[in-house]
Amino acid sequence: MSATTELKKNVVILFAGDSGDGIQLTGTQFSTTAALYGNDISTFPNFPAEIRAPQGTIAGVSGFQLHFGSEKIYTAGDAADVLVVMNAAALKANIKQLKDGGIIIANTDGFDAKNLKLANIPAEQNPLKNSSLDKFKLFEIDVTKITRNALADSGMGTKEMDRSKNMFVLGFIYWMYNRSIENSITFIKEQFKKRPELIDANIKVLKAGYNYGDTVEAPMQRFEVKPAPVESGTYRSIMGNQAAAIGLVAASQKSGLPLFYGTYPITPASDILHDLAKNKNFGVKTFQAEDEIAAVTSAIGAAFGGALAVTASSGPGIALKGEAIGLALMMELPLVIINVQRGGPSTGLPTKTEQADLMQALHGRNGEAPVPIIAAYSPSDCFYSAYEACRIALEFMTPVFFLSDGYIANGAEPWKFPASKDLKEINVQFAKNELKEGEKYLPYKRDEKLSRPWAIPGTKGLEHRIGGIEKQHETGNISYEPENHEFMVKLRQAKVDKIADYIPLQTIDNGNAKGKLLVVGWGSTYGSIKTAVNEAIEEGYDIAHAHIKYLNPFPKNLGEILKSYDKVLIPEMNNGQLVKVIRDKYFVDAKGLNKIQGLPFTSIEIKNKIIEMVTK
Amino acid sequence: MIETIEPKLTAKDFVTDQEVRWCPGCGDYSILKQVQTVMPDLGIPREQIVFISGIGCSSRFPYYMETFGMHSIHGRATAVASGLKASRPELSVWIVTGDGDALSIGGNHLIHLLRRNFNINVLLFNNEIYGLTKGQYSPASPMGSITKSSPMGSVDHPFNPLALCLGADATFVARSMDRDPIHLREVLKRANAHSGTSMVEIYQNCNVFNDGAFEVFTEKGTKKINTLMVEHGKPLIFGENADKGIKLDGFKPVVVNLADVSANDLWIHDEKDAVKAGMLVRFFDKPSSAHYLPRPFGVFYTEDRFCYEDAMVAQLEEAISKKGKGDLDALLKGNNTWTI
Repeated sequence: MSATTELKKNVVILFAGDSGDGIQLTGTQFSTTAALYGNDISTFPNFPAEIRAPQGTIAGVSGFQLHFGSEKIYTAGDAADVLVVMNAAALKANIKQLKDGGIIIANTDGFDAKNLKLANIPAEQNPLKNSSLDKFKLFEIDVTKITRNALADSGMGTKEMDRSKNMFVLGFIYWMYNRSIENSITFIKEQFKKRPELIDANIKVLKAGYNYGDTVEAPMQRFEVKPAPVESGTYRSIMGNQAAAIGLVAASQKSGLPLFYGTYPITPASDILHDLAKNKNFGVKTFQAEDEIAAVTSAIGAAFGGALAVTASSGPGIALKGEAIGLALMMELPLVIINVQRGGPSTGLPTKTEQADLMQALHGRNGEAPVPIIAAYSPSDCFYSAYEACRIALEFMTPVFFLSDGYIANGAEPWKFPASKDLKEINVQFAKNELKEGEKYLPYKRDEKLSRPWAIPGTKGLEHRIGGIEKQHETGNISYEPENHEFMVKLRQAKVDKIADYIPLQTIDNGNAKGKLLVVGWGSTYGSIKTAVNEAIEEGYDIAHAHIKYLNPFPKNLGEILKSYDKVLIPEMNNGQLVKVIRDKYFVDAKGLNKIQGLPFTSIEIKNKIIEMVTK
Repeated sequence: MIETIEPKLTAKDFVTDQEVRWCPGCGDYSILKQVQTVMPDLGIPREQIVFISGIGCSSRFPYYMETFGMHSIHGRATAVASGLKASRPELSVWIVTGDGDALSIGGNHLIHLLRRNFNINVLLFNNEIYGLTKGQYSPASPMGSITKSSPMGSVDHPFNPLALCLGADATFVARSMDRDPIHLREVLKRANAHSGTSMVEIYQNCNVFNDGAFEVFTEKGTKKINTLMVEHGKPLIFGENADKGIKLDGFKPVVVNLADVSANDLWIHDEKDAVKAGMLVRFFDKPSSAHYLPRPFGVFYTEDRFCYEDAMVAQLEEAISKKGKGDLDALLKGNNTWTI
C-alpha cells in the first residue's frame, strides 16, 4: 500500500539486538548511506562488556545509535525517534531511550517464550501483547520468518539463513527513509567476495526488507531527511580511535621520525593498536608489551633512541604508568601518552565513557611533575589532537598527555580530511657534535623554549648519561644540592608553562564575547554543549560556549575570557574536575554540572541547567 | 687522500669523570673494571654502545661508563632496553641489574625479554641482598637469611635465577663472579658475541650487608672444591687437584673420583644441550646439603634463535614490499569517501 511521506530535519535511530545479530554492521551501513546522501551524521555504538554474553539476555544486547539530519549534527542524539529491536531483551534494555510517540520496529520471533524468559519477562507480560507500548507506534514484523521464506530456495540451513536477518531490517529502514540500497549492495559484494552464495542471499534479503515496506498491508509512514548544508569538499567517515592512529602516523611522517607504539591491550584504547599494526608499511613499530609499565618504559627506550614514541591506555593502565611518566619528564624525553578514558575508579565501567582522569593527568605522579595535556572534542578531532600532542612532545622534549574517551573513541562522524601538505610542520633536529676541543657536551642546556637538545646514541662525541635522579642544571650530572633541586623543579614547571606561548589562544565557539553565562567544556562533551548552547541562543538567551582543548598549560587569554561573563558553567562527565582547576587558578565562581553514569550528556540536560542559571 | 685511522680505544676511554660511589670493597668495582677492560676488544664504537640500568647499587653503573647510558626506574631497565633495541637494532645494548631489580620488581620484564630474545646483554649482579635500601633479604637470599627485614630468618623460598631464565627460554645463560676477573672477561666477551639475549649472572659480594655470601666459591681455600668451571666439549672436572668429576648415573649427576673413573666417562659439557643445561643450573644446593654438587660457572647454554628486533624489521620490509611505502594522503583518505 502507499505510504505518506513526512519531512524531518533530523532523526535518531537506535538499532538493538543480540550481540550476534549484526547490529553494528546494520548501523554502520545505514550511516554510510546517509553520509553519502549528504546528511550530517553522528553515531555511537554501545556493546556489551562480555565478548559472548549469553544469547538473548540483557547483558548480551548490542546497540548502535545513529543521528542524521538536514542540519548540522553534533551528537549521536539525546533520545531515539525509532527503535529497532531484534528481541525482547533489546526492547527492555533500550525502551527508555525512545521518545514518546516514537516508532518501534520489533522482530516478533525475538519475543517467543524462550526470548521472553531470557529477558526475564514473564510470559503473560509480553510487551507486544499487552498495553505497555501504547504510547509508541509499534510495528511488528516476523523478520525471521520472512527472511527464511526469501531464502527458501537457497539450499542454506536455517542457522545460516538467520544470519541475514539484519539485512532485512536494513532494507526496511532504507525504505522508511527513502534511501537507495545500492551502497549496501556494493558493500555486500565486496564483503563476501570469496563466498558468492552469500552475496546472493544477503542482497535477496536486503531487497525483501525494502519491498516489504511497499507491500505490507498496514499503514506505514515514510520519512525524508534532506541533505545538510555542510561545507563542500571530500569527506570520509572517521572514528576517534581510528583518527588518533592516523594522527600518529601523520606526525611520524611529517617529523621524519619512525613511530614506536608501546602498549598493552585495554578497552577502549586497543583499536588504536589494531589500526597502527596495519600500517607497518609506514615504518610503524607496534610493540605489544607484557604489561602497562613495559608499554611505557619501552616507549621511553625508543624515545632515547630517537623515535617518535607513544604509549596508550585507559585510566587503570595510566595509573600503572605513573612512575615511568615521571621518568620521561625528569629525563626530558619526548613521549606521547594517550588515555582513552572510561568509567573508573579501578576497573570501573570498561566499555562506558567518562572524563574522570583529568586530575590523574594533571597530578597523578609523585613529586612536582607537570605534563602538558591536550583533549580531543570529537572523533575527527582525535586526529588533530594526537598530531598536536606529538608536535609539542617533540618540539619541547616533554611527555604530553592526549586525552580521549570511550564516547569519541568509538563514535563516528564525517570528516573533511586534510591533505598532508596542509598539516603543521613538526621541527625536530637531533643534536650534532659541534663541540670545540676540550668542551664538554651539556645534555640539559636550554634553548629559548627551555627545551633541551636530543642527542641520540650513535652521535659520536655526545655520549652522555641520563636518569631519574635529580640532575645538575645543564650538565645533567647527579646533584643533591638543595638549591639546585628547587631551581630544577621550577625550571621544569617554567618549561611547561612556556608552551602557552606556542599554542593558539582560546576562542569562543558560539555566542558573544561578553554575556550572562559562559559554558566551558573540554573533551567529548562538545557536541552536547554545542547543541544545547545553539538552542538556548536561538531562544534568545545571552550565553556563550568555549571549549578548552589545551588543558595544561591553558591558553594565555583564558582568564580574561572567563571574567567576561557573569556566570560560568562547566559540564563534565565526572564529579567536578576542570571546575576545581578553573576555580583554583582564576578565582572564578564557576559552577559544575556533573553526570557520572557512563553515558554522555544529553543536550537537554545541559540546556535545562543553562536556563536555570540565566533565569535565576 | 689521507685516511685517518682511529686509535684503538683503551679501558681508560670508557671511564667517565664521575666519582665512583660504591662502598669501598664492593664487588661492583671489579665488575666495572672488567667491563671497561673488555670494551675496547669488542670493536664497537663508543657512541654505538648503550648501558641501561634500573635501580639499586649496581644500577649506578651507566654513570661510570663513557658510552650512552640511562639510569631508569626500578625493575624496568629490561623494558627500556627492549624499546631501544626495537627502534635501533644496530646499537650494542647492555643492561646492568641486580637480584632485586631483575628478579623481584622487574621479574615480569625479565622473562619477557628472554622469550623475545632481543640481542641484548644482561649483567645480573647477584649479591643476594638489597644493598641500596640497606640490607633487606632479596628474592635470591637463601631461606633463613637473617636481615634487617627478617630478624628471625626469611621464610621466602629463593629463586634459582638461571633456572628461571632457562624456564623463560633464554638463549644464552652463564655465570661468573666478581673475584675471578679472567673468567668474567671471557664470559663477557662470549655474551657480546652471542646473537640474542645473553644472561650473565655475576656473583658479587656486598661487603656491607651480606659479606661472604659467596666466599666458598670465590676464596682460595674453598674455591676449587666448591666450584665447577665448565667449558664446551670438556669433561666436568673439579676439586683441589682437579681430582674429581661429575658423571651421569642415568639422569642423576654424581661426584666421582678421577682415580676410579676415566675422564672419558664423565659428563662432557655441551652448551647446545638444553636438557643438560637445565640440570647444570640445578647444581644449586648449599655445601651442607646431602646431595651437594659443586656450583658451576661458565657458559651453560647457548641457542641460535631469531631475535625479536630482526623479526620486527623483517615484517616492516615485508609490508613495504607487499603494499608499497606508506602514502600518507591515501591513509588520510581511507577507502570510502564522498564529495559534497
